[in-house]
Amino acid sequence: MSTDNHSHKKPEGEAEDFFDKPANVALILKVFYVLCALLVIADFVVHRHIYVSFEEIPTFYALYGFVACVVLVVIAKEMRKIFMKDESYYDERKDESEEMPK
Amino acid sequence: MIYSIPAFLPFFIGAALLAVLPNRFKYFVVLIPLVNGILLFLSGTNTQSYDVSVHTFTLELMEVDKLSLLFGYLFHLACFICVIYALHIKDKVQLVAGLAYAGSAIGAVFAGDFVTLFIFWELLALTSAYLVFARRTQAAREAGIRYLIIQVLSGVLLLFGALMYYRDTGSLNIEYIGLGSVASWFLLIAFGIKAAFPFLHTWLTDAYPEATPVGTVFLSAFTTKCAIYMLARTFPGEDLLVYIGAAMTCFPIFYAVIENDLRKVLAYSLINQLGFMVCGIGIGTALALNGTVAHAFNDVIFKGLLFMTMGAVLTRVGHVKGSHLGGLYKTMPKTTIFCIVGAASISAFPLFSGFVSKSMVMAAMIEAGHEYLWLMLLFASAGVFHHAGIKIPFFAFFAHDSGMRPKEAPNNMLIAMGIASVLCIAIGSYPTMLYSLLPWDNTYVPYDVTHTLTQLQLLFFSALAFVWLNKKGLYPPELKSVNLDVEWIYRTAMPTSGLYILAKLSQLKTSFISLGNAIIASIPVMKRDSDANAATMTFRMAIGFVVLVVLAFITQFV
Repeated sequence: MSTDNHSHKKPEGEAEDFFDKPANVALILKVFYVLCALLVIADFVVHRHIYVSFEEIPTFYALYGFVACVVLVVIAKEMRKIFMKDESYYDERKDESEEMPK
Repeated sequence: MIYSIPAFLPFFIGAALLAVLPNRFKYFVVLIPLVNGILLFLSGTNTQSYDVSVHTFTLELMEVDKLSLLFGYLFHLACFICVIYALHIKDKVQLVAGLAYAGSAIGAVFAGDFVTLFIFWELLALTSAYLVFARRTQAAREAGIRYLIIQVLSGVLLLFGALMYYRDTGSLNIEYIGLGSVASWFLLIAFGIKAAFPFLHTWLTDAYPEATPVGTVFLSAFTTKCAIYMLARTFPGEDLLVYIGAAMTCFPIFYAVIENDLRKVLAYSLINQLGFMVCGIGIGTALALNGTVAHAFNDVIFKGLLFMTMGAVLTRVGHVKGSHLGGLYKTMPKTTIFCIVGAASISAFPLFSGFVSKSMVMAAMIEAGHEYLWLMLLFASAGVFHHAGIKIPFFAFFAHDSGMRPKEAPNNMLIAMGIASVLCIAIGSYPTMLYSLLPWDNTYVPYDVTHTLTQLQLLFFSALAFVWLNKKGLYPPELKSVNLDVEWIYRTAMPTSGLYILAKLSQLKTSFISLGNAIIASIPVMKRDSDANAATMTFRMAIGFVVLVVLAFITQFV
């Protein structure tokens, strides 16, 4: 799931490990997609109990989970435009022990 | 053997002793929650109540029933884990404050009347504030003061409400109150502040990320759960709470998605979990209340675990800013695994603890007929997985390699995290362990095909959304920033407008003074040897005469 495999700041001479290789990441993602597909298929095979009217929609939970997260992120990104301020907005935070790289 | 002393006593004695003894005695502190907890557990419901008479008043220090006992066990367990987690630090203040804090929480849950509760309620505030101060940065000092003011305010409201309640009912016993009287509103707000109701929640997201690595783990366990416990006792079945709870589950997740400080992300996600509990209290059925209590129990452990992993990162790296972390799994593999266990538990993955308790509240929600609110909770469940389940482990331990190679966490931290992880998996896999302790009759079965399948679908497709957004580059990057929340009102708006009014007032004062000076200056100065000419003198005397005549005329009518 690594976003940018090219911007490594790896110390010199360190061996590549499992997650460093893009092929492995791609493999994990493939397995993940297959699992997602299986869960959708299972929805049609297994008889689920219906408690609420919404649940009658096929694969309701999968759709809802996906849509909910996309909506969540989109709204949150919009919120940044209004609510996001510089880190020193409230106080200067000069005496913090942490040395943050620029 | 029957337990017959006030359960908080060993904690206070331990804290007092530790404060004066040399630092090497700190290892014995582990025994306090362990031995006390085991004794209390063995004694169970046979535990004796304990009263103290003060003048004409009786303080009920130990009121034991299944509800208070469960929270009592939980706080012993939490304290045990926290103390192990804290053993490597040399700063004794934190351990002393932490012990006293845990003792206060235990005192508060066993309190039988409002006066006893008030004492422990304020002790909670005082002792916990030191866990924030102990970070010893300017930001922590200021956040600690703000935290203390709000916490003490909650205590004052509690006392106020309790006195009014006494005037109304003639009783101070803690029992079902229900909304209605003015007193009940005071009590609800007092509990609501500590339970982080919307708009009253900012003390939590303000202070928790500023506390020490150890401090935040302590803080996350006790204060809010005491409030949940009190709400469950005094306001079960109060419809308003369902709506408050639903709001609490939803709004924090938006902040959590864009927050950079990972401990602040967890603080928001803590409010979200409290929302589920408040919903359960609002529904008020046996299933809902059992769900609330069980979820409180699990939340202390998995949220504590997540805070512990972030505390380990903070200890080793010096900060927990998502924008500057990544790739830590290479050198902190154990912490990474513990973090993933915590993340799976909070997201309610099958076989992890969140799964067996959150679903009780969700099921109760459907039974109570709140279909749309149930949708909100489902949205929040997907959101939790998104920000706490994926974002925390992903940005801290994986994501892009930050190049940092910190050491693995100290052994005592690893042990504490290990215990919490084992508990998360054990409770998730054998829920009967927890269910048998629940205060109300429980017939809920978490593991059936429908529930497992639907939960997996929800979680996997939330994860799919994360992958998709990340691949498309739509996912908001972690940025060094702060996000404005309600605290803006008292951290910026109020000081700024206050200063503005002050500046305006002082301007007004200056202009009044200069006006007065001008008037005084305009009065002619009559010195002994200054010579005014006859005309001016006559004119002034004439004016003086006219004024006197007018005054005399007016007095006739008064």
